[in-house]
Amino acid sequence: MTEQQVLSVLVENKPGVLARVSSLFARRGFNIHSLAVGPAAEPGLSKMTIVVEAPELEQVKKQLHKLVNVVKITEMDAGSAIEREIMLVRVRAGARQRSEVLQLAAIFRATPVDVGVDSITFMVTGSPAKLNDLLELIRPFGLVDLVKSGRIALNREPKARKLRAVG
Amino acid sequence: MGMITGAEALIKALEYQEVDTAFGIPGGAILPAYDPLLDAGFRHILARHEQGAGHMAEGYAWATGKVGVAIATSGPGATNLVTPLADALMDSVPIVAITGQVPTYAVGNDAFQEAHTTGITMPATKHNYFVNHVEEIAQTVAEAFHLASTGRPGPVLVDIPKDVLNARLLWKDPEPVAMPGYRPTVSPHPRRVREAIRLIESAERPVLYVGGGIIKAGAGEALTAFAAKTNMPVITTLMGRGAISDNNPNTLGMPGMHGLYAATTAMQKADLLVAIGVRFDDRVTGDPDAFAPFAKVIHADIDPAEIGKVRVPEVPIVGDARLILEAMCERWGDTPTPELEKWWTTIRTWQERYPLRFEQQSDGPLKPQHVISRLRDRADDDAIVVSGVGQHQMWASQYWRFDQPRHWINSGGLGTMGFAVPAAIGAKAGMPDQQVIAVDGDGCFQMTVQELITAAYERIPIKVALFNNAAHGMVRQWQRLFYNERFSSSDLGQELPDYPKLAEALGCAGLRATRVDEVDQVIETMLEIDDRPVVAEFVVDRDEMVFPMVPAGGSNDIVLNGPEDL
Ligand SMILES: Cc1ncc(C[n+]2csc(CCOP(=O)(O)OP(=O)(O)O)c2C)c(N)n1
Ligand SMILES: [Mg+2]
Repeated sequence: MTEQQVLSVLVENKPGVLARVSSLFARRGFNIHSLAVGPAAEPGLSKMTIVVEAPELEQVKKQLHKLVNVVKITEMDAGSAIEREIMLVRVRAGARQRSEVLQLAAIFRATPVDVGVDSITFMVTGSPAKLNDLLELIRPFGLVDLVKSGRIALNREPKARKLRAVG
Repeated sequence: MGMITGAEALIKALEYQEVDTAFGIPGGAILPAYDPLLDAGFRHILARHEQGAGHMAEGYAWATGKVGVAIATSGPGATNLVTPLADALMDSVPIVAITGQVPTYAVGNDAFQEAHTTGITMPATKHNYFVNHVEEIAQTVAEAFHLASTGRPGPVLVDIPKDVLNARLLWKDPEPVAMPGYRPTVSPHPRRVREAIRLIESAERPVLYVGGGIIKAGAGEALTAFAAKTNMPVITTLMGRGAISDNNPNTLGMPGMHGLYAATTAMQKADLLVAIGVRFDDRVTGDPDAFAPFAKVIHADIDPAEIGKVRVPEVPIVGDARLILEAMCERWGDTPTPELEKWWTTIRTWQERYPLRFEQQSDGPLKPQHVISRLRDRADDDAIVVSGVGQHQMWASQYWRFDQPRHWINSGGLGTMGFAVPAAIGAKAGMPDQQVIAVDGDGCFQMTVQELITAAYERIPIKVALFNNAAHGMVRQWQRLFYNERFSSSDLGQELPDYPKLAEALGCAGLRATRVDEVDQVIETMLEIDDRPVVAEFVVDRDEMVFPMVPAGGSNDIVLNGPEDL
C-alpha cells in the first residue's frame, strides 16, 4: 500500500468546488482515502482535509493548484501534525457483554450516545491510530455499524512560538 | 443609461473585452443573446455545427493571438462544443465559450435541452462558470477572458440560464480581475536562470527543445536571439513549428515519432536539454525511460505542473517563456558564442545521411510529399497553414518551411480529425489579408465539411488542399505495420464523394489533380481564386507511409528511416 499523506486545502466557497477537486483526482488517477470539508477561519473560504494515497504528491499538489478556486495548499507534517477524526460505532452488547464493552470504551474516552437492548453506540474522537485500536478491540463483540467523519488536520505551531505542549 | 437585459449586458461585456469576431449557432436558451447580437459592435459568423464554431474560435485564437469566442445554446449546442474545448485545453488555446442554459427554475428538472454543461465540460476547460445572477455577467466574462489568455492559456466556458439573460440590471463596468487562487508566476527566479546558464556554458552537446509555449508567449524573437548567442541546435515540436525560422541554420525541425532523424537523434545524444514551453509529450519522447539518456535537463514552463511530470529536471524554471529567454540572453551577456564544432559536425552528418526523402516518378502515382513541396514553394511566404490529423499532418509539418510563429495551426495534443477546415475559417476571419491554406485528409475533411458552406456564405476564401488517399491513411499505415496488413475499416473509397462536385455544391471552387503533370496547374489555380473558398483534391498514393517513424512506445534510439528499415 502507498503511504498516506494529508493535505490541507484552502478553497473558495463556490458551488462545484468539491466536484472540481474530486474530478481532478479521478482524472489523474490519484486515490482519495478521505476528504472532510467545512468553513475555514477566513470568510468565503472553506478548508478541505484530503488524505491521499499517491506516490506523486508533488504532482497532486501542482494539479490542485491549477484549480482556479484553490487558494492555498498545506502539506501536513507526517507524524507531528494534529490529526483527528470522529467516529460513531455501534457494537453488539447484550446484557452479558454490556459492562465489558463499556469498560473498554472508557479507556478510549468513547462516549455512549445511544443504548439499545442489543447494542451500544459510541462516539469517539482522536487520532486515526486511536480509532483503529479501539475498533480492533471491540470488533470481536460484533460491529453493527460504523461511520467516520474523515480526518481533519492542522500543523503544529513552529517550536519557537509554542507556549505549552497540549494534547 | 437605463436598465438593460442580461443579454444586452453579455454583448456589452464581450465588446468591453474588445471582441471583433465570434462564432456560433443560436437556439432556445441562448436566443435572448442573439437579439442584441444583431446590433453588436463585432461580427458573428454562423457556423453549421457547434464543433465547427469551436474550432473556428481556436483557429482565430491561434492566428491572431487573441481570445477566440464561440457561442452555443444549451443541451446539444453545448455538448457539441466539448471536442473543441478539450482540444483547446490540450493545446493551450485561449477561447471563451458562451452557452445558454435552461432557466434557473428548470435547472435539474431534465428540462427540454438541458444538459449539465458545467459538469460535462469541467475536465475539458481551464475553468468554467455558471452564472446565477444577472449582475455577475460582466465580471464573469472579464474573468473568463483573463483566465483564457493569461498563465497557461486555455478554454473557459460561461454557462448562462435564459432567465438570467432576460433579467434586467444597470450596467456597471467590470472591476479589475482579482482571483485569490489564480496568480500565475511569470517572472523567472534569477537564481534558476543563473543555474541554467552555468549548465549551458559547460555543455558539449546542448539542444534547445522548444514548443507551443514559445508561440503562446510571443517568445520567438528572444528564442532566435538566444540560439544565436549560444549556437545551440533548436528542435521545434509539432506545436512549436515556426517558433524559430526553419531557414535558420540552427533549426533541426520536428523530433519524435515522425520527426526528422537529426532532431530525434540530437536529443538522444545530447548532454543537455534546454526545454522551454514543452511538456515531454509521448509523441516526442517515445519510451520516456529511454529518452535522452545522457542529458541533464533544464525545464522552463509557465505551468509548474508540467515540470517534473514526465522527467525530473536538474533546473526547473517557472515563468513566461519570453521573460525566461530574455533573462537568459541578458545573463549570457557577452560570453563568446561557443563553436560546439564536434557537436555540429555530428549533427550535419546525420542531416546529410538521413534527410527527408521521397520518390516521385513522373508517370507514377502522385506522392503527397511532392504535392506539399510544390504547394509550399508557390504559396505566399506568410501563408498560414492549418492541418487536419493523420499522415497529411505529418507531411505538412515535415515538408513545410515555417518562417514565423502563428503560421502553423494544428491539433497536436488531442489529435482532432475535422479540425482543419473550421480552424482555417477562424484563422482567415482573424487574418483576412493572409493566405490561409488547410492541408486536409479525406477522412478529416468528411468530418466537418459542412463548414465550407459557412466559408462560402460568409465570404471567407480559405484554400483546402485535400489529400485523397482513399483511406484513413494513418490508420492504414499502422494496420500495415502492426496488424498484418489487415485493413479493417480504414478504406474510404476514392471516388466517393466526388470532391470537386461536392465543393461546387457547397459554394466553393472545386479542382482535382490525379497526375504529376496536373499538380502545378491546379496549385496555381487554387492560389489564384480569391473570391470564394477553393477545394483542390489531390488523388495521392494510398500506400505511401510516413517516415521517419519511431513505433509507439519504442525507444527514440531506433528510428525507422524508410520501408527498408522495417
Ligand atoms: C475524431 C477522431 N477520430 C478518430 C481518430 C483516429 N485517427 C487518427 S488519424 C486517422 C485517419 C485520418 O485520415 P485522413 O484524414 O484521411 O488522413 P490521412 O492519414 O489519410 O492523411 C484516424 C481515423 C482521430 N484522430 N480523431
Ligand atoms: Mg486519407
